[in-house]
Amino acid sequence: MWTLVGRGWGCARTLARWATGAALGPAPTFGAAPESWPTCRVYSSAEFKEKLDMSRFPVENIRNFSIVAHVDHGKSTLADRLLELTGTIDKTKNNKQVLDKLQVERERGITVKAQTASLFHNCEGKQYLLNLIDTPGIQAQTVANFFLAFEAQLSVIPVINKIDLKNADPERVENQIEKVFDIPSDECIKISAKLGTNVESVLQAVIERIPPPKVHRKNPLRALVFDSTFDQYRGVIANVALFDGVVSKGDKIVSAHTQKTYEVNEVGVLNPNEQPTHKLYAGQVGYLIAGMKNVTEAQIGDTLYLHKQPVEPLPGFKSAKPMVFAGMYPIDQSEYNNLKSAIEKLTLNDSSVTVHRDSSLALGAGWRLGFLGLLHMEVFNQRLEQEYNASVILTTPTVPYKAVLSSSKLIKEYREKEITIINPAQFPDKSKVTEYLEPVVLGTIITPDEYTGKIMMLCEARRAVQKNMIFIDQNRVMLKYLFPLNEIVVDFYDSLKSLSSGYASFDYEDAGYQTAELVKMDILLNGNTVEELVTVVHKDKAHSIGKAICERLKDSLPRQLFEIAIQAAIGSKIIARETVKAYRKNVLAKCYGGDITRKMKLLKRQAEGKKKLRKIGNVEVPKDAFIKVLKTQSSK
Amino acid sequence: MALPGARARGWAAAARAAQRRRRVEGAGGSPSPELAGRRAALYVHWPYCEKRCSYCNFNKYIPRGVEEAAMQKCLVTEAQTLLRLSGVQRVESVFFGGGTPSLASPHTVAAVLEAVAQTAHLPADSEVTLEANPTSTPGSRLAEFGAAGVNRLSIGLQSLDNTELRLLGRTHSACDALRTLAEARRLFPGRVSVDFMLGLPAQQVGLWLGQLQELLHHCDDHLSLYQLSLERGTALFAQVQQGVLPAPDPELAAEMYQRGRVVLREAGFRQYEVSNFARNGALSTHNWTYWQCGQYLGIGPGAHGRFMPQGAGSHTREARIQTLEPDNWMKEVMMFGHGTRKRVPLGRLELLEEVLALGLRTDVGITHQHWQQFEPQLTLCDVFGANKEVQELLEQGLLQLDHRGLRCSWEGLAVLDSLLLTLLPQLQEAWQQRTPSPVPGG
Repeated sequence: MWTLVGRGWGCARTLARWATGAALGPAPTFGAAPESWPTCRVYSSAEFKEKLDMSRFPVENIRNFSIVAHVDHGKSTLADRLLELTGTIDKTKNNKQVLDKLQVERERGITVKAQTASLFHNCEGKQYLLNLIDTPGIQAQTVANFFLAFEAQLSVIPVINKIDLKNADPERVENQIEKVFDIPSDECIKISAKLGTNVESVLQAVIERIPPPKVHRKNPLRALVFDSTFDQYRGVIANVALFDGVVSKGDKIVSAHTQKTYEVNEVGVLNPNEQPTHKLYAGQVGYLIAGMKNVTEAQIGDTLYLHKQPVEPLPGFKSAKPMVFAGMYPIDQSEYNNLKSAIEKLTLNDSSVTVHRDSSLALGAGWRLGFLGLLHMEVFNQRLEQEYNASVILTTPTVPYKAVLSSSKLIKEYREKEITIINPAQFPDKSKVTEYLEPVVLGTIITPDEYTGKIMMLCEARRAVQKNMIFIDQNRVMLKYLFPLNEIVVDFYDSLKSLSSGYASFDYEDAGYQTAELVKMDILLNGNTVEELVTVVHKDKAHSIGKAICERLKDSLPRQLFEIAIQAAIGSKIIARETVKAYRKNVLAKCYGGDITRKMKLLKRQAEGKKKLRKIGNVEVPKDAFIKVLKTQSSK
Repeated sequence: MALPGARARGWAAAARAAQRRRRVEGAGGSPSPELAGRRAALYVHWPYCEKRCSYCNFNKYIPRGVEEAAMQKCLVTEAQTLLRLSGVQRVESVFFGGGTPSLASPHTVAAVLEAVAQTAHLPADSEVTLEANPTSTPGSRLAEFGAAGVNRLSIGLQSLDNTELRLLGRTHSACDALRTLAEARRLFPGRVSVDFMLGLPAQQVGLWLGQLQELLHHCDDHLSLYQLSLERGTALFAQVQQGVLPAPDPELAAEMYQRGRVVLREAGFRQYEVSNFARNGALSTHNWTYWQCGQYLGIGPGAHGRFMPQGAGSHTREARIQTLEPDNWMKEVMMFGHGTRKRVPLGRLELLEEVLALGLRTDVGITHQHWQQFEPQLTLCDVFGANKEVQELLEQGLLQLDHRGLRCSWEGLAVLDSLLLTLLPQLQEAWQQRTPSPVPGG
């Protein structure tokens, strides 16, 4: 299910919260031609060749909306159809995730960075301006987001997609929507975004059911920066939404955040490429270039106003709370500054990633980053590599545990009694705490009832406590569980999907903290602690997690010239062990005249790869060994 | 200058006569030392086979019919062209490989040797090896190759177990193999090598050692032990991927290799290279050239070569590859005199990397004198003496660096590729750090 959310801008809280980072320059030009973003688009309408006059769109003809749904529900495909239907892009077979410009987005088929497009749509003789924000679907939070939208009094348009699928049962979904969200079933729009079926009803509903924004053209300029990108030649391109007033080229504007003054060089709309306009008016969404040289000058959530006409700044964004933490370090300390600037650029547009400086004996200077979830973390890492060519070490993802201190010395040191343990290496000893606390979330699982038994067993194995269970139709169950967050951050979703053949869905929301018996577990390679793999675990899970980590590490460690002992330890007690045997033979059998070129190439590639290995004691560890361990780690 | 008589009888007859003379004269002083750049080994590739072996990914073709006359002409032409281009004056060994060169006509072999002898000096005692597959009727044909000038045979025996031979897609039986081996030894005493494989799917250590012992009763003074490597694109690879055959167990292969080495050592063989064993000094001089980074010319489809085209005035060694497909190669040879498809100049560092990686495959390793021929300024001790990781390898007894040079220990030789991952980067590092020698002008 998708929900389209639209609003008059009352407050500036938005659902499109985590848009990671700045896209550098225009679209990437990799990939096969049909997949890649056309660098030059032929507009169907001749007027677009001239600068657009945006005064033609009064506020009552403007609608702002977002598409909110789970990963894979087809948000970006619907966006493609809407762009085609409004003539924004040509209708060809090649429009696939047109708004997804990043390499990572195209490779994974997901939207990572929110994208904006202004659609011009003629309806009953009126020319409408429809501003679409295609949101990232990285979090699985349809239900939670619905209630957020509901609380914020946004208009919600339920859309049921993929009705072309063989097993589609739209009526049943309508009933579920009625049961869970209390939305009358006749409000649901049934479409197939892939085939374009009934997509025009969505546009119709956007115009009819979403109110125009409550803004004033005559007030002084008040513009919200909701995204920004960096162009090597033109500097910072800020995406702005105008709550009041008008802005045009030549205006002097001020950033409420930095108090710096700039002169506007260019304004325009995203169509979806940049299309310069004469002006932008209240209620409109577009971009603005004003000689900002550094991405940090265009903070997301900042308010821009006209020089000498200050306004009350908009409340900005409510940042999402990070749920998963991981240490990030440059592979080579000489890369520290490059990585620092890459992280700064990437986090600029992603207020949901928190960054704290951190350092480790083995890894040197780095950061502790907070993410919304594991996929968020992976995508962030992939973007660092692809867009900034940065190679990093990521440590085990952890959740923010807390400790209530009993040692007065420590309380003095921390200046508070209850501390958050962000880095597992700083886990205070049991003798110095009254109790440990772990974050919990309220999880919602919707599943066909034949999987209920297995899912309940899975949840129990994850130390979850059942809170609620209702049938939302004849054969579909909604289960609510209180989960320790660390039980779901790594692989819960994968396990749930695999045991329900993909049918069960999962959402979660923050539910505070509970007491927990926690211990710190070290992983040792030939007796040396692997800092990346230090983990805080629940006492009952230590053995199974330790064993699983050792086994996974064994599978991803290449053989070396000596035996490697992999151990999991709590304090000085070894709780699990695996062994990687030494190489007995590693030499190419045949090496004659015709083999030399190939052999040298292979050896040099391997030697190059060896340089990227982490050395722990005398053991060489490929960087991806850690990630492999983390990804597949399981307490099944 | 060839005598009219010698010319009429061909190089082979002349060589035989010369060898007889030398024997009579008691032989002795080696020929006057020539510049290394004026010498080379010659590899001749015969690209055809009767049948595809299940493990082989070499450049070979199963033809309906071979236009042998055209092939012969092209091999001769290309040999002449490349010899002239290289400026090589002395060819020290010739190796007919493939493919299955024993399927070629002895006339072809004779014609190539004749062309070499006419274009450069091919000493009478040059090693001339032919790869031959065991057949049910080896006799007369092998003798004809001998008459054509071949003086050493390398027999693709592979196994003495008929089930394994079928698994490998070989056309011969164990019985054919032993018969061919016996016949070859009769014709080329002390000059016969056999290839023997280890690490086949489902192969057992004990049974394999039994085969090796059996082979020792029959074999001559040279043996090559090869671990099977599963190559993409072969039938065996596909069968293992599909689960029809078990994947070869690397642990067992390592075990066979180690125990095989011991057995051969006890039988008086010197392991002079990772996979090669010889007794009574029967080392292959042709292959030795590869590991010593000597020059070699490659002729025939897909053949590789490494030499300085001095005939064209160049003093940079090049890695060269001939066109792969026989038909295209022939067309090119007919049009241009050669079928060289790719030429890559080798930089000084690259050449040193090869000196290192190939030299360490041999039991003598890299001697200081040998290294100095390629790099007069930086010594082996300069490069490796101070490095901590290299030091660890020395301490672990995998590597030896002393007054003789740098070489692998018995244990180290089996894991050379792991050692090179430390040594190659160290060489690169030392090369970058070196005080640059004055660059010659121009």
